Amino acid sequence: MADLRINLAGIQSPNPFWLASAPPTNSGYQVQRAFEAGWGGAVWKTLGDPILNVSSRFAAVSFNGQKVAGFNNIELITDRPLEVNLKEIYETKKKFPNHAIIASLMVEPKQEKWHEIVKRVEDVGVDGLELNFGCPHGMAERGMGAASGQVPELVQKQTYWVKEVAKTPVIVKLTPNITDITVTAEAAVEGGADAISMINTINSLAAVDIDTWDTVPHVGGKGAHGGYCGPAVKPIALHMVGECARNPRINVPISGIGGISNWQNAVEFMLMGATGVQVCTAAMHHGFRIVEDMIEGLNNYLDEKGIASVSELVGKSVQKYSDWGDLDLNYKIVARINNDTCINCNKCHIACEDTSHQCIDMLKDESGKGYLKVREEDCVGCNLCSIVCPVDGAIDMVEVKSGLPPMTWNERQAALGILACGVDPVTK
Amino acid sequence: MSKGNVSKISYEDLRVNFEEVHPGLTNQDAIEESNRCLYCYDAPCIQACPTGIDIPAFIKKIASGNLKGSAKTIMTANPIGASCSRVCPTEELCEGACVLNHSTKPIMIGNLQRYATDWAIKNEQVLFQAGEKNGKTVAIVGGGPAGLSAARELALLGYDVTIFEAEEKAGGLNTYGIVSFRLPQNISFWEVKQVESLDVKIRTNTRVGVDISVEEIMDQHDIVILAVGMSKVPGLGIDGEELDGVYDAIEFVKATKTKPIDNQFLGKKVVVIGAGNTAIDGATCSVRLGAENVKILYRRTVDEMTAYDFEYEFAKQDGVEFRWLTAPVRIIGDENGKVKAIECVKMVLGEPGEDGRRRPVPLEGSEFILEVDAVVKAIGQSRYVGLLEAFGLEHQGGVVKIDPDTYQTSNQKVFACGDVIFGKGQGEAMVVSAAQQGKDTAFAVHQLLSKPVQETA
Repeated sequence: MADLRINLAGIQSPNPFWLASAPPTNSGYQVQRAFEAGWGGAVWKTLGDPILNVSSRFAAVSFNGQKVAGFNNIELITDRPLEVNLKEIYETKKKFPNHAIIASLMVEPKQEKWHEIVKRVEDVGVDGLELNFGCPHGMAERGMGAASGQVPELVQKQTYWVKEVAKTPVIVKLTPNITDITVTAEAAVEGGADAISMINTINSLAAVDIDTWDTVPHVGGKGAHGGYCGPAVKPIALHMVGECARNPRINVPISGIGGISNWQNAVEFMLMGATGVQVCTAAMHHGFRIVEDMIEGLNNYLDEKGIASVSELVGKSVQKYSDWGDLDLNYKIVARINNDTCINCNKCHIACEDTSHQCIDMLKDESGKGYLKVREEDCVGCNLCSIVCPVDGAIDMVEVKSGLPPMTWNERQAALGILACGVDPVTK
Repeated sequence: MSKGNVSKISYEDLRVNFEEVHPGLTNQDAIEESNRCLYCYDAPCIQACPTGIDIPAFIKKIASGNLKGSAKTIMTANPIGASCSRVCPTEELCEGACVLNHSTKPIMIGNLQRYATDWAIKNEQVLFQAGEKNGKTVAIVGGGPAGLSAARELALLGYDVTIFEAEEKAGGLNTYGIVSFRLPQNISFWEVKQVESLDVKIRTNTRVGVDISVEEIMDQHDIVILAVGMSKVPGLGIDGEELDGVYDAIEFVKATKTKPIDNQFLGKKVVVIGAGNTAIDGATCSVRLGAENVKILYRRTVDEMTAYDFEYEFAKQDGVEFRWLTAPVRIIGDENGKVKAIECVKMVLGEPGEDGRRRPVPLEGSEFILEVDAVVKAIGQSRYVGLLEAFGLEHQGGVVKIDPDTYQTSNQKVFACGDVIFGKGQGEAMVVSAAQQGKDTAFAVHQLLSKPVQETA
């Protein structure tokens, strides 16, 4: 059994699986059920001045019959009085002293507002604070959430105000609705953040009902953009985590969020630099019980790899994540089809023929039986055939030696620059 | 009670037993199954379908919610695609060719095809429009699968088509010959309606040679397509065949589809002679009519049986008993001329005969008597030899000779397709093959009639 405990900027939790600030962490009842199921921590649904919600609130995207490939919501922060939440946080923390409870906070960008709420939630014994600078709908129209999270100065200033009074670690939750998330991440660090978490939800409209022409979801025939999350956003989140993790100026722990649905996704985020992860959509889809497999699967993975502590995973893939200009132009792979495993659906052929590099031939053997073969000299190693192949092991992408030494684009440009300099008029 | 069928056969209301056995896929089933299809390129299931339905395309259309398009894809390739979804031996055709046989399990192509066509039937879709009239006339004798299929294709091409149908309704085997619990009549009727909606005239209750002369038909049409199928079950050639209680399996099944279901077989003992698909139908109908015991007698063994495996399994599940290597010797009647027993003899397989199958030979002294109330004959079908001769067509034992490329008979003006050309090593017995032959015949007719006139000096 590996050690699954994590310490994220001083916040201890028995495992890296936290529930994200969202409907699952709306009440003491829910958070206590989650802790009983095994969740290591919970970021309480954002506290602030109570709001009014609308009905309906959620929508999801199905893909080829698979439910909840992506999830969209227009629900706001907590609609319950602060006192009630604080009382339930106190009771929950008392019952589960070893589990992490982090209070998500959102108030108007005013120093006294932040000071007041930080003091009140710390009084009931939270383990940390998460500043919600990311909620993209509703609250943003009132200058909070993503509206302040998109302005680096506001991120920095509000983080600073919180740090003026906070006694517990401060996590700044970032919005992905910005061109370069490292800018706001740096602002948070400059404001004194102890950690950052990402991503909040992405601006979205889930669907349009093609019969009624209403938006999905809609409120009495009218819709507004919401926040998108769930499995579909995982690659976007992973990229943003990776960008922050490899930025030397962002030297605080990261809590990874965005489409994490199982232990494998959690391992990916941790390898890409997250100290722990937060989950919401998967729990909303299946209930709190899914954490049992997350914990067990992670444990088995670590045991099989001979890794004693989950913390050893953190950041192990970061040095492998770079810029395009640092990729080796002379590395070459090609597709090889294993005809014993291939079931001859010909999907690789048509994908390559129509949309890639026309290098998979449909041939017939002496007995007239069809088979597929890659013309390796024309294959660019794009992976498309192996992506569309429905059978494991039917297509291998194998390295072929180009016989050339590694050479990146940047190295190539530098070399060309040196050559060019030889005839540069300036040097004459 | 026949063993094995007690729970599912109703003896209170026999009509229930003739309702379609398989309920069809639910919407959810269809979505899940259609999404499982790989959408192969140059898919082997298409090659394996005698009518060449673009199966991945129609399945993709189910997945996308384009059910009208799905039904149209099916019915374009196969004018009787709704019936075929129910009666095709899919594991030997499309599903047998599915690439997923090599990884997980094949797609339920037949059931998905039924789902899409059921949708079209339920929503009363008309999928095709007649082509612009070209002024040429075609008579089709027989409104079964092959005839309907030829009529549909010709109507799309603009021909003025008249079907001459001896029965009260068109549809042929699909309407009268395939048991209701596998293929309800309304499915066949919908397919007939699809053809009629293309201005095809269907003259029912019109037996060519009786109600209308061969000459009249030949004179009034540019082309005649003969698609009359096959006729009654031939005689067994044994004593007692004339007794009350001896049935022709084809007529026997037809009665269950055209007359009110009554109790005359309730608690009775029935034997069926033969082991083809029609014999299975006769046997399973008997079970569903409430017969206490149903036996199939076959003079060869299970290995020579011509019924599809799934039909055999179906009969066994219905509690039908099989007596292999058993041939009837005579049927015994009571004083009122009603069947009361059948004398049989055990057989052994001897040397292979002309068709390569080992010939059954009676085992001397092995005769025995079975008490029975009814005997259903299902030893194949005879041919409409008289009609073929009235048309003056060359044939071999009632199997019309054709040019395999054009379906043209010995008379240039007469084409033939379907069961009327099946036999003697020619053609295929499947409904789906008849559909394809109908299409092919229509194209051959079109090619002939649209050829520029060649003048000879």
